[in-house]
Amino acid sequence: MYSYWKNNQLKIAPWIFLAPGILMFSLYVIFPIFQSINLSFYQWDGLGTKTYIGAENYIELLDDEYFLVSLKNNVIWLVLYLLAVPAGLFAALFLNQTVRGIRIYKSMFFFPFVISQVVVGLVFSWFYAPSNGLLNVILEAFGFDSIAILAEEDYVTYGIIAAGLWPQTAYCMILYLTGLNSVDPEQIEAGRIDNARGWRMLWYVILPQLKPATFIAVVVTIIGALRSFDLIDIMTGGGPWGSSRVLAYYMYEKAFSEYGFRMGYGAAIAVVLLMIMMIYIATILYRLYRDERGG
Amino acid sequence: MKKIFKNQIALALAGILAGTSAVAGTLVINGDTSDPAPKAAFQAVIDGFEAENPDVDVVYNLFDHEGYKAAIRNFLSADAPDIAFWYAGNRMAPFVEAGLFAPIDDVWADQGLYSLMASSAPGMTMDGKKWGIPFTYYNWGVYYRQDIFENLGITVPTNWDEFIAAGETLKANGVTPITIGTKWLWTAGGVFDYLNLRTNGYDFHMALTSGEIPWTDDRVRATMANYQQLIDGDFFLENHAALSWQEALAPMANGEAAMYIMGNFAVAPLKELGLDDSSLGLFQFPEITPGIPMAEEAPTDTIHLTAGAKNVVDAKRFLAYTARPDVQTAWNKALGQLPTNAGAGVADDKFLNQAFKMLNDNAPGGVAQFYDRDTKAEMASIGMEGFQEFMVKPERLEKILERLEKARQKLY
Repeated sequence: MYSYWKNNQLKIAPWIFLAPGILMFSLYVIFPIFQSINLSFYQWDGLGTKTYIGAENYIELLDDEYFLVSLKNNVIWLVLYLLAVPAGLFAALFLNQTVRGIRIYKSMFFFPFVISQVVVGLVFSWFYAPSNGLLNVILEAFGFDSIAILAEEDYVTYGIIAAGLWPQTAYCMILYLTGLNSVDPEQIEAGRIDNARGWRMLWYVILPQLKPATFIAVVVTIIGALRSFDLIDIMTGGGPWGSSRVLAYYMYEKAFSEYGFRMGYGAAIAVVLLMIMMIYIATILYRLYRDERGG
Repeated sequence: MKKIFKNQIALALAGILAGTSAVAGTLVINGDTSDPAPKAAFQAVIDGFEAENPDVDVVYNLFDHEGYKAAIRNFLSADAPDIAFWYAGNRMAPFVEAGLFAPIDDVWADQGLYSLMASSAPGMTMDGKKWGIPFTYYNWGVYYRQDIFENLGITVPTNWDEFIAAGETLKANGVTPITIGTKWLWTAGGVFDYLNLRTNGYDFHMALTSGEIPWTDDRVRATMANYQQLIDGDFFLENHAALSWQEALAPMANGEAAMYIMGNFAVAPLKELGLDDSSLGLFQFPEITPGIPMAEEAPTDTIHLTAGAKNVVDAKRFLAYTARPDVQTAWNKALGQLPTNAGAGVADDKFLNQAFKMLNDNAPGGVAQFYDRDTKAEMASIGMEGFQEFMVKPERLEKILERLEKARQKLY
């Protein structure tokens, strides 16, 4: 036994170190995923007995107009939330100077990410308030009609995304600030000699060196967009008659909320969300794997 | 060193063993009275019970009011207390059907509650059995700015035409007739309930909320037509879909709006905003269809015996205690609400007195529990969203009614 260990230590040791992590991960993440997928084939109110109904939950989903609205909103979130990445890049470029007190400004720019999303949502719902919110005060000062963004079914999702971009931009900004610190000054010098400046310098010399930061920023932003529960819960509770719902919120409403006792249906919605995420997770893991192999 | 350690272990074990023997007289209650007034009120009830029953030790687990609604689903099946707070009517149906509450017909019979709590009895009955003790209810009605009405020479409306005329006068003088905040949806359910109760009556309303009547029925359309009359007439506060009910209090307090279809819990914040007994009044929602007995909304809070209770004997004693008139009088005085026991008394407050009379004498039609408690939970959320959408986009009535009907067919 001991000689086996001595001979194979190099191969076995990593697994022993990974074992507690793998155990926790399997028990608390992997196993519940399969439990949820299993639950989506049942009808269960969380209290009584489960009844097997096959794919009926999914068939009902296809016909559910609330589900389609949530899906549409999720797509809008996915696309528009990515604006946080370039916004974070420009904020980082702006703050990447050695002016006196720049660290205070950096902290202030980072502050939105640190506060709770619930607070962000609350502040923005006051900002959007119909008669005395800051937005409408400004609009009326310029002579425009006031608009209640959170009460308009066409604008509400965009209003909430704008609220969510505030902390997410701060996060991307920090990633890029770190990345900018590690940009190679010699390449910039070389670029300057070749008369590269402004946009061309940014696009051809600096951005390629920020690829790892961009990668992480995009990954985190996409995951954040698909999980955007807090803001919707606090700002509109699903929006004027459900128009700002996303899949994560709809799942909560159907399974856990005051009016939701349908665990199976909620699980089906969660599985759909998982499938959407899987597309991104698969792409990301493939990219990582290829980088690790190649590099 | 080792000897001292062994002694300490022995002491600890002895303590644990001694402690377990006190379980016999312990009563575990789980509740959600997290706001200051209800918290103090219920603590007084517990203290009174313990004073009368010194052999019982009450352990009260207090949950946050909103968090309780999620927690109850866990603790009723996992580690049930003896007694739990909840609500009456269809709201308790999931737990009754799952066998998590226990029937207490014997307590009702012993305390004579069949006669003393006749008005709340229907809400506590399922399958012919009684599932809890209602301890308080509060009224809904039209709270209005008495001073604005007097200034503009408007008398309190008693029927639909007078109500519309009053609204028109208010509008002509720059006052929004009805303030409302539908961000959290249930306020629109209150308006619908009253319009339906007055247009079609209590029995129809109960049948509709139990899913027996299609939403495309002509009588429902009649209610929606009355609703539309208010909407088309610009009776409601602008942008109400972005306001919570608390945010809608401000226009009423500063005179921009004159009426609020609300429960009496709005009185305290309105008084804090500066209104008093001369500027704030209450009237019963006016009659719409002549001849229909007036029914009122009065959501009831209840306490229940759980199926997993360990101390059933003491739990039943506690339930009997909370049903007593004197206990309910004191409890409701502290809560500022109305006792369910007809033999109990009410605090001396203008609105409570008026409401007590309204519910006991002027509500021959019956007492409803509020839309989201009378209907199945999922139907309630779909219904209230439909009402909110209707209030902002009344042209979508057909689509909304079809959606509600589709949901009814799926859920019932």
